[in-house]
Amino acid sequence: MIITCPHCGDRPFDEWVHGEIPVVPDTITDPDERDIDRAYFHNNTEGVVREAWFHLAGCRRWVVITRDTSNGVRSDIARG
Amino acid sequence: MNEFWEAKVKLRWAELADSYDVVVIGGGGHGLSTAYHLALRHGITKVAVIEKSYIGGGNSGRNTTVIRANYGIPEAVRFYQRSLELYENLEAETDRWIMHRVGGNWWLVHTEAGRRTEQARAAVNQAFGAKTDFVEPEVIAREIPGINMNPLGQFPVMGASLHHGGATARHDRVNWALAEGAMRAGVDIVQDVEVTGINTSGGKVVGVETTAGPIATETVVSAVGGHATRMADMVGVRLPIRTHPLQAFVTNHYERKFDPIIASADLGFYVSQTARGEMLGGAHIDPEPSYSRRAGHHFVNSIARNMVALFPFMSGLRVLRQWTGTCDMSPDYTPVMGVTPVNGFLITTGWGTWGFKAIPAGGEAMAQLIATGETPELIAPFALDRFARDRTLADRSSSGTH
Repeated sequence: MIITCPHCGDRPFDEWVHGEIPVVPDTITDPDERDIDRAYFHNNTEGVVREAWFHLAGCRRWVVITRDTSNGVRSDIARG
Repeated sequence: MNEFWEAKVKLRWAELADSYDVVVIGGGGHGLSTAYHLALRHGITKVAVIEKSYIGGGNSGRNTTVIRANYGIPEAVRFYQRSLELYENLEAETDRWIMHRVGGNWWLVHTEAGRRTEQARAAVNQAFGAKTDFVEPEVIAREIPGINMNPLGQFPVMGASLHHGGATARHDRVNWALAEGAMRAGVDIVQDVEVTGINTSGGKVVGVETTAGPIATETVVSAVGGHATRMADMVGVRLPIRTHPLQAFVTNHYERKFDPIIASADLGFYVSQTARGEMLGGAHIDPEPSYSRRAGHHFVNSIARNMVALFPFMSGLRVLRQWTGTCDMSPDYTPVMGVTPVNGFLITTGWGTWGFKAIPAGGEAMAQLIATGETPELIAPFALDRFARDRTLADRSSSGTH
C-alpha cells in the first residue's frame, strides 16, 4: 500500500502509523455515552474513510487522507 | 483417504421456511456450532443458519487452526480450556475425523522480561485449569527439531512456556462435522443467501429480510466474521469492533515430522506443520483497518527472516500460497458475546485472531444463552456492556497472534 504524503510524495505504508479519526454518531446525546463511544466504539466503515496517518519514517507530520477500506487495490490512496 | 472421508459427510441443504425460533447469521464455525448445540443439547431445532457465501468460507476456513487455552487472564483461560476439552471430544461426539492432533504450544522467550511474562502465564494457566509449564532452554534444545538456540545473535532462546494441550485440527472438517450434525438434527442451513435487514418492533427483533425473502423470528444471532458491524448497524447497536486483515502462508512440503506449535512474541511469528507436511506461518494483524483480503509480499518479507533464523531448515522451503482473513478485533483482544440493547439480537463477535479455538465453547455458550435466557457464567465477562462498565479484559499479549 502506498500513501501519498503532501510533503514527501508516494511512500510505502510501513513508514506510517495509522490513526483513526473517531466520529461519534449524532444520535448519541448523553455526554458520558459520547465519551464511552469515542473511547471504545467504531464505525468500522466498509468504504471510504477519513483518517489521520503519522509519517513516522518521513516528515514526522500528521497527514489527513481518505482511504477505501473495501478496496483490494491498496495503492488507491487519495490525498484528502 | 480425503475423498473417502468427505464422501461420508452428508450435508442436506434446506429451503428456507417462513419462520424460525432462531435465525443464525453466518455459516462459519461459531454460527454452525451455535446451531449444533441448540439442536443437540437443547432440542431447539427450528433454527436457520444463513450463509451469504458457502459454509466455512470466511475466517473459519482461513485461520491457522491452532487450539490452545494458554491465555493471560482467568476469564479467558477458563473459557478456552472448556473449548479445548470440547475439541478433544468432538471426533467421538460427531463421529467425524477432524484430524485433531495435540502437539503442544511452545511460547519462546528471548529476554529476562520474557521469562517473567511466560512464568506468569504458566502460573495463571495452572491456577485456572490449563496445563502449562515453564521450561528451560535445555528442554527446548532437546525437544524442538531443527531449532537454532541463538537466532540472529540477539534473540537467544531463554526458555518457553509449554502449553501441553496445544493442538491443531482441520478447520474445514470442524465446520462440516458441526454442519452435518446440526442438519441431521433438523437445522436448516442455506448458502448463497444474504441477510439484508433485521426488523424490529418496539425494541424487539421480529424478523430478518434476506435475498431469499423475509423470515419471521424473535431471536437473531449475529455470528458474522469481518462484517459484524454491518449486522449490528441494521439494528442500531454500536460495536467496539474494527476489522483488520490477518495474513498467513504455507510452504511446500517439509519431509520431516514437526509436532510442536511454536510462537515467539519477540521474533513476531508462529509456525506449525499441517497434516500435509506444509509449514504454516502467521504473525499479527495488519495495522490499519480494512476489509480487503489481498495478501501482500510485505507480510512474508517481514517474518521470513526471523523464521529462517530460528529454524534454518526453513530456508530450503518455498512459500506455496498465502491468504488473508478479515478479523473482527475488539479493543481489549477479548471476545464480545451475548445480549445487546435490542431484545432478541444476540452477538458473538470480537473473535479477532482467536476464533477457531473457541468454536465449540462459543457455540455451546450461545446456545445455552438462547435456551435458558440467562447468560452462562463462563461468558458473562465477555458481555458487550463491559466497556460502558469499565470492565475491559485486556489480554493482548496472549491473544494477539494465533
